[in-house]
Amino acid sequence: MTNIYSTAAEMASALSKKEITSVELTKAHLDRIAEVDGKLHSFLHVDNEGALAQAAEVDAKRAMGKMSETLSPLAGVPIAVKDILAQKGIPTTAGSKILEGWRPPYDSTVVAKLKAAGVVILGKTNMDEFAMGSSTENSAYGTTQNPWDLTRTPGGSSGGSAAAVAGFEAPLAIGTDTGGSIRQPAALTGIVGVKPTYGGVSRYGVIAYSSSLDQVGPFGRTVLDTALLHEVIAGHDERDSTSINAPIPQVVAAAKRLDVKGMKIGVIKELSGSGFQAGVSARINESIELLVAAGAEIVEVSCPNFEYALAAYYLIAPSEASSNLARFDSMRYGLRVGDDGTKGAEEVMSATREAGFGKEVKRRIILGTYALSSGYYDAYYGSAQKVRTLVKRDFENAFTKADVLISPVTPTTAFKLGEKSNDPVAMYLSDIATIPVNMAGIGGMSLPVGLAEEDGLPVGLQIMAPLMQDDRFYRVGGTLEAALLSKWGKPILSNAPDLAVKK
Amino acid sequence: MAAISRDDVAHLAKLARVEMTPDELDHMAVELEQILGAVKRVQEVATADIPPTSHPLSMSNIFRDDVVKPSLTNEEALSGAPAKAEDRFKVPQILGEE
Repeated sequence: MTNIYSTAAEMASALSKKEITSVELTKAHLDRIAEVDGKLHSFLHVDNEGALAQAAEVDAKRAMGKMSETLSPLAGVPIAVKDILAQKGIPTTAGSKILEGWRPPYDSTVVAKLKAAGVVILGKTNMDEFAMGSSTENSAYGTTQNPWDLTRTPGGSSGGSAAAVAGFEAPLAIGTDTGGSIRQPAALTGIVGVKPTYGGVSRYGVIAYSSSLDQVGPFGRTVLDTALLHEVIAGHDERDSTSINAPIPQVVAAAKRLDVKGMKIGVIKELSGSGFQAGVSARINESIELLVAAGAEIVEVSCPNFEYALAAYYLIAPSEASSNLARFDSMRYGLRVGDDGTKGAEEVMSATREAGFGKEVKRRIILGTYALSSGYYDAYYGSAQKVRTLVKRDFENAFTKADVLISPVTPTTAFKLGEKSNDPVAMYLSDIATIPVNMAGIGGMSLPVGLAEEDGLPVGLQIMAPLMQDDRFYRVGGTLEAALLSKWGKPILSNAPDLAVKK
Repeated sequence: MAAISRDDVAHLAKLARVEMTPDELDHMAVELEQILGAVKRVQEVATADIPPTSHPLSMSNIFRDDVVKPSLTNEEALSGAPAKAEDRFKVPQILGEE
């Protein structure tokens, strides 16, 4: 029977066979949100009315027999959307007080594509303010809790989206990934998350953080579900000048292929061994054995410049952010503070930004302003751009020896809320394995590969492929997922505590 | 590297149009110094012979046809404005400063 614990593919199939309606399925998810979101706080806004209206529309179309040829395979399946994507008439805050109450007058391209495909938008999910963070603790609207352990972080910045999917509040979600903000929370919550190739998914209507790094991508509980969503949101958009004008990689077919015979899989030497939690390394090594058993060939590759990527990222991203966030000037939308008729525009602007931005956002704006200021530009921003060249070259070299590369997604499993919130440098280190992918613009997947022995929390394997070869990590991910499932006998999320149990 | 003083942070905050309390300035000076200490590592490998990368894809100047397309109405464009008057954004005075 189809219920909230089913996969999106199962829901889609039951919908097309008319075993369940989208209204029933949507209502089941809204009920679940009402029951458990007090514990998780995945959502900043739940659109009960809008979701049910959208579901009813899909059901009506299906009843008229219009479905199969005109709408996507995911028509009628619910989704949660990160609160950084503009949705017409629906509050969109990017986790910031400066946008509190803003209702965009237009849809982002990804939201428009979801609507056109009949994917039902349940609401907007919590996130670190302007996507700056790795724990969702930088949200101006409170933290999100990890469904596996409510005292721990679900990761970030797309923590609300990941917790919603892992907590069965939604089968699918949209996130954004600038330095790991999809892959890291996917890893910490035991679900699948993909950062597509840079330019693979339109960013029109997505509130910008670091424009040379930001990418929108899908979350799901299985590789196939994630691929189905990937195909709905991907593709060229003339409203985003960084969008790639090329066919979408065949990710659904790749997810179904279940075969890695003859593929060369590169293990990145610098992202293994010491520095990674023992239980994380153990699960990664087990996955490597399963891939070998499935017929893949393992090669070791070296990426010596990755150790500088983190430092370069924390110069490039804040620099771009200091420029992007200049748009929040209190003139056209969002908060305005101190406009009493006596103060000038710049005074009002400064007072508004003081009141509207949180601590981490201010930290990054100041850091970026410093790195771009004359006298320091070459030493900081300029040097970071050179490191970016070196990281790209490391990947290019590695991909001459291997079809895909693998590493852990994170050095540790989910950390405690509050554990790193007062130590920015320690927090930044949780992105050490994900950042190189954004620097080079390639795509990467986080796949849940089991639980760490010492704490029983999920571990993510990162699978990376060359530019626009996103189908490769779906192929490897699908194959490994099938091998793990047959080993476990049940999905990884069945090990998580049941949140709905009444106290 | 020169130490980051409280005055340096105050100057940066002014450039970035973010007011800061004395307490915030004190904290930020310490944190900025820590972060810069960690990120200055990029200088170890950034030698003169390496070209910079500003963007992951080699794209430049994307053009489109210069035709009028449907866009926001005046009312929609002003829907989020903190203040408006006469179908325009109303802003605080911009003259008479500095």
